[in-house]
Amino acid sequence: MRIPIEKFRLDNGLLVTLSEDRTAPIVAVNLWYHVGSANEKPGRTGFAHLFEHMLFQGSENVGANEHFELIQRAGGTLNGSTWLERTNYFETVPSNQLALALWLEADRMGALLPAMTQKKLDTQRDVVMNERRWSVDNQPYGTWWEKLPTLAFPESHPFHHSLIGSMEDLSEASLTDIEQFFATYYTPDNAVLSIAGDFEPVDARELVIRYFGSIPRGKGKPALPPMDLPPTFGNSPRLVVEDDVSLPRMYLAFRSAAFGSDEYYAASVCGAVLGMRRGSRLYRSLVRERQVAADVSAFTFDLSKGSDLLIVDVTARPETTPDQLEAEVGREIDALFSDGVTSREIQRAIALIQTDMITAMQSASERADRLSMFATYFEQPELVNEQAAKYGSVTVDRVNEFIRSRLGRENRAVLLYIPKANADADAGTNGNLIGAAAP
Amino acid sequence: MTTLPRPAASAPRDYRFPRFERRKLSNGVGFIIAPVKKLPVVTVLAIIDAGGTSDPDGKEGLASLTADALREGTARRDGLELALELESLGTSVEAGADWDSTIVGMTVLSEHFGEAFALFGEVLTSPMFLTKDIDRLRSERLAERMQILSEPRGLADESFAKFIYAGGSRYSEPLAGGTESVSSISREDISEFYQRHYGPGATTIVLAGDVDTDEAEELLESTLGFWKGQHHPARKTVDERSRTNRAIALVAKADAAQAELRIGHVGVERKHPDYFGIVVMNAVLGGLFSSRINLNLREAHGYTYGASSHFDWRRNAGPFVISTAVQSEVTADAIRETLTEIDRMRSEEIPVDELTLATDYLDGVFPIRYETTAAIASALANMVIFELPDDYYDTYREKVRAVSSADVLAAACKHVDAEALQVVVVGDVAIIREAIESLGFGPVAPTLAPVVAALVTSGSAEE
Repeated sequence: MRIPIEKFRLDNGLLVTLSEDRTAPIVAVNLWYHVGSANEKPGRTGFAHLFEHMLFQGSENVGANEHFELIQRAGGTLNGSTWLERTNYFETVPSNQLALALWLEADRMGALLPAMTQKKLDTQRDVVMNERRWSVDNQPYGTWWEKLPTLAFPESHPFHHSLIGSMEDLSEASLTDIEQFFATYYTPDNAVLSIAGDFEPVDARELVIRYFGSIPRGKGKPALPPMDLPPTFGNSPRLVVEDDVSLPRMYLAFRSAAFGSDEYYAASVCGAVLGMRRGSRLYRSLVRERQVAADVSAFTFDLSKGSDLLIVDVTARPETTPDQLEAEVGREIDALFSDGVTSREIQRAIALIQTDMITAMQSASERADRLSMFATYFEQPELVNEQAAKYGSVTVDRVNEFIRSRLGRENRAVLLYIPKANADADAGTNGNLIGAAAP
Repeated sequence: MTTLPRPAASAPRDYRFPRFERRKLSNGVGFIIAPVKKLPVVTVLAIIDAGGTSDPDGKEGLASLTADALREGTARRDGLELALELESLGTSVEAGADWDSTIVGMTVLSEHFGEAFALFGEVLTSPMFLTKDIDRLRSERLAERMQILSEPRGLADESFAKFIYAGGSRYSEPLAGGTESVSSISREDISEFYQRHYGPGATTIVLAGDVDTDEAEELLESTLGFWKGQHHPARKTVDERSRTNRAIALVAKADAAQAELRIGHVGVERKHPDYFGIVVMNAVLGGLFSSRINLNLREAHGYTYGASSHFDWRRNAGPFVISTAVQSEVTADAIRETLTEIDRMRSEEIPVDELTLATDYLDGVFPIRYETTAAIASALANMVIFELPDDYYDTYREKVRAVSSADVLAAACKHVDAEALQVVVVGDVAIIREAIESLGFGPVAPTLAPVVAALVTSGSAEE
C-alpha cells in the first residue's frame, strides 16, 4: 500500500504535502507546528498546551470559538493536540469545504494577535486548570504522564517537565507570553500543512498559496538545548508514589532510540513482543499463567530527538503486592535480556503492527497526520510509504541487539503506584455502591 | 496578512452509504455484506441476539463474561494458541456484550481473511469454557471493578445508573455486572447462557471491506453452515425509573480535585418516533462543542474542561445524561447554569441559526463517519440490533434536515423532564455539600461513607 504524495514549499517556508484520494467526498486538513512542551522556558511549563487552547479563541476575521462553529456547521470534525515536540490542529470536512478549512487555519496563523484579550486568556487558563484536574489530578495514576519523564530525563532536559504544566506556572502566564510565543513559533517556516482526501491538486495548491502565501516568515526560533543522552540511564531511577488507587501499578521505562532511527523499529517491535495484545510475553506470563497482573501494555513515546522511551505498564491483581509485581516484571525482563526473542515472536509483532498501520490509513485524518509528522520531524513525508517495509525488515538479530544494549538492569526507570496505606480506613464496607436506593 | 473574505462552499459531491446485500446461510445465520475496496482490509462482526438485558437476575454481567470467555479456547485449540495464531495473521478476535447484543469482531488484511475467519468461526461455534479460564476471567473482572470504583468517572456513571433506575431494573446495574453478581457467576452459568442464547437463528454476520460477495458467502457457509442450536430470547423489565421527582445523590470521594457531575433521568428507547428531533435537540443542548451547555460552562465560565449531553440509545429507555467535571468550589453554580440551559431549551423555539448549526453538522458529517470498514460494519450492526429499515442510512440525511425548530422544542418539552431531573455528584463532600443544599434543587440526604458508598435522597419528607 502506497499513498500518492506531493510536496512543495511556499516562499515563506511553509512546507505543504498533498495526498489525493477520491474514494469519499471528504478531505482532511492538518497543520503541525514544530513546537511542544520541550520548547517551554523554565517557569512557563504548560504553555504550549495553553496556547493550543488560545488558537481556538479567534483571530482577526474569526470570533472566539467560531472556528469550531464554522467547521461543525460545514459538517466537519476538528481538534488540536499538544505533545512534547509538536502541536497539531486538524479538521476533516466535506470536500466542498476545503477552502473554508484552509482559510480558518490561515487566519489564525496570519492574524491571531489582534483578537487576543486578557479575558480570553483568563477563561482558557481556568479551562486548562480544569483539564489538568480532570485528566491528571482526579484520575487514578493520572500523574504518571509527568512523573515518569521527570524520572527518565535529567532536570535540564527539554523532555523532563510536565506537558500540561503546573498550576503555579499556568497562573503566571501573561498576554505578553502569548504574543512572544506566537511570534516565535506559530510561523509558516515552523509549520507543515497536509491535505489528504478528495481534492484537485492544482486547486488545492492554488488555495494554499492564496491563503497562506502572504503570511510573513518568522524570525527564527531559539535552539533547543542539547538533547542527546547516553544510551542507558546508567542506574535504576526509582519513584514510589502513594496515591488514591485501588491496585498497584508499575511503569517501567527504558531509555530508547529516537523515533525514526533504525534502532527505533527494533524497539517498537520489541515493545509489541513484550506487551501488545494477548499473545505478548508479559500478557501470557503475568496475566494468563502467573496471574499476578490484571493488565499489561508496552509502547514507545515516539520522541524524535535525542532519546525516546520504551515503556511497560503493568497493573497488579488485587492479591499481588507491589514488591511481587516489581519482582515478577523484573524477572520477565531479565529472561528476555538473557534469552532474546524468537522469530515467531517477531513475526507476530510485525504482523500486528502492519495491520494496525494499514487499517489506520483508511482515515483521511490519519493519512494527513502522518504526512505532517514525517514532514515535521524529517522533512520527508514520503517516509509514510516506507513504514511497512521498515517494520518488515526488522530481524531477530536487530531486536536482540536492541535488547542487549537497552534492556539491562542499568537502564530501567521504575515508577510504582501503591494504594494509600490508610486510604479511607473509615470507609466501612468496600464495594457497597449506593447501598440503599431511595426509599 | 490574510484579510481575504471567508470563502463560500462549492457544490457538494454526492455520497451514498456503501451498498450492501442481505443473504442467509443454509442454517439460518443472517449475512449482510458491504464490499468496499479502498484498502486491503476487512471487518467482520457477528451480532448475537443476547446482551446484558438477557442476564438472569442476580447474574448481572453474565452476557459480558460469556463474551469474554469465547476467546479462551475452542474444541481445537486453547486460548493461548488461538491468540497466537490470530496474531500471527496480524489480527485478534474481540468479543463483548452490549445491552442488547453480543458482538464478536475482527479486522484483518484481506489476504489473511480466509484463514482468520476459520478461527473466528471456531470462537463462535465451539468455545470450551474451561473452569481454570473462567476462574481467571472472573478475578480479572473483579479487579476491573476495583479500578472502576476508584475512578471518579466510572464511579459517577455507575452511581447515576443506580440512582435513576428502580432497583431490579437491569439498567440499574452495570452492564458488566456488580461485584456481587460477578462473584457468583460460574462456569455452568456461562455454558448455559451460551447454549440458550447463541446459535444460528440468533446470529447475523456483517462483513465490510475488500471482499467478494459470492466468495464470502461460500466461505461463511463452509465455516458456519454446520452450526446448530436454538436460542431462547429472554427479555424483562429493564428501564423502570426510580422516582418521578427531583433528587440529588452525593458520592464521597475525599480530597477529589474536581466534582464529577451527572444530571439527567431515564431517556427514551432507540425506536422512538421522535428520534431525529431528539438527536437535533441534544446536539444543540450539549451534543456539539458549540452546544449551549458547553459554551456556558466551559467558554463563558471556565468551570470545566468540557460538558456534554447524551441520550444513550438502547432497545429500551437508556439514560439521558449531562456529564461534566467541575472545580469543586463551583459545583452548585455549574448545576444552576445547567438547569438554566435546560429551562431555556424547553421554553422557546431555537433560532434558525442554531437549528442549522446542528442539522448542517449532522448532515455534513455523515460521510466522514463511514471512512473505515469498522465504522461501516458497526453501522450495519446497529441496523440489525435496532431493526432499522434497509434504507435507514440512505434517508438519514433528509430526515435530519427535516427537523424544525418546533420539533426541537417539542422534543425538549417531551423528553427532557425538568421536574424529574436526577443529580449525582462524586466529589469532596466537605467542600460541595453546603452549596448543594442551598441550591434548593431538592432534598439532600445525610452523610455518606467515603469512596464507594453513597448518600441517596428521595423526595420523601425525611429532610
